[in-house]
Amino acid sequence: MIENVSIYELLTLTTLLFFIGLYGFLTRKNLITMLMAIELLLNTSVINFVVINKYLYPDVLQGVYFSIFIIAVAAAETALAISIIINLYRLKTSVDISETETMKY
Amino acid sequence: MAIASVTSRKILRAVIYLLMSLLAIAAIYFMMEYNFLGAVQMAVYAGGIIILFIFAVLLVHQIEGKLEEPSTGRKIGMAAFSLLGLGITLFTIYSHEFKVVEATKAFDVKDIGRGLLGTGEGGFILPFEVISILLLAAMIGAIIIAKGQKKEVKSS
Repeated sequence: MIENVSIYELLTLTTLLFFIGLYGFLTRKNLITMLMAIELLLNTSVINFVVINKYLYPDVLQGVYFSIFIIAVAAAETALAISIIINLYRLKTSVDISETETMKY
Repeated sequence: MAIASVTSRKILRAVIYLLMSLLAIAAIYFMMEYNFLGAVQMAVYAGGIIILFIFAVLLVHQIEGKLEEPSTGRKIGMAAFSLLGLGITLFTIYSHEFKVVEATKAFDVKDIGRGLLGTGEGGFILPFEVISILLLAAMIGAIIIAKGQKKEVKSS
């Protein structure tokens, strides 16, 4: 564990980051920036896994495995979402969420 | 840094702020002596995903254009919602007492590999294979989404 840093401080940091990402996800109107906010959310959950593994159960590696899986899922999701966004831009010439209503009905 | 990343109105600057916060997260991993995880974080996020974002921004957007500012009422409402959630979560964290344990053994990359590919107790071989199939499917799906449009037009 890190010297002179308690688990409460690290969990506070991840909570702050999580709600910053949530705020960004709720206020942004552009698909790419919303995707960036989602990346921030996934990252904070990964840090939480790692911190709890390191501070509370330092003799096993389960948290590290789970964070590797989360990173892989996040990478796959980002690649797919960006290809969808680029395709949508070709169709609509816009990446604003208010103008993407193709799948609404 | 993260606040700047979700509030900056120039989209390319927002991407760079996101890169900085991801690098800081990698630094946290290095400080906790999970060197492999820090390296993965830097390679996958800072190397791969940020490059993808920059390409998408450059393909989709006019760089000089500023993003549309969300309305003030919406901003205040969402900020209040986030702060409410933040307060509840922090209260829960601080009212719970964690039993911090000292580490008794050190791990290196070999242990991570053994655990990921182990078939015995605590082995993660099945999720590992499932995640590799998922990555393959996502890659094929991305290629088909990016290419399929033209084919349909040609055949119909």
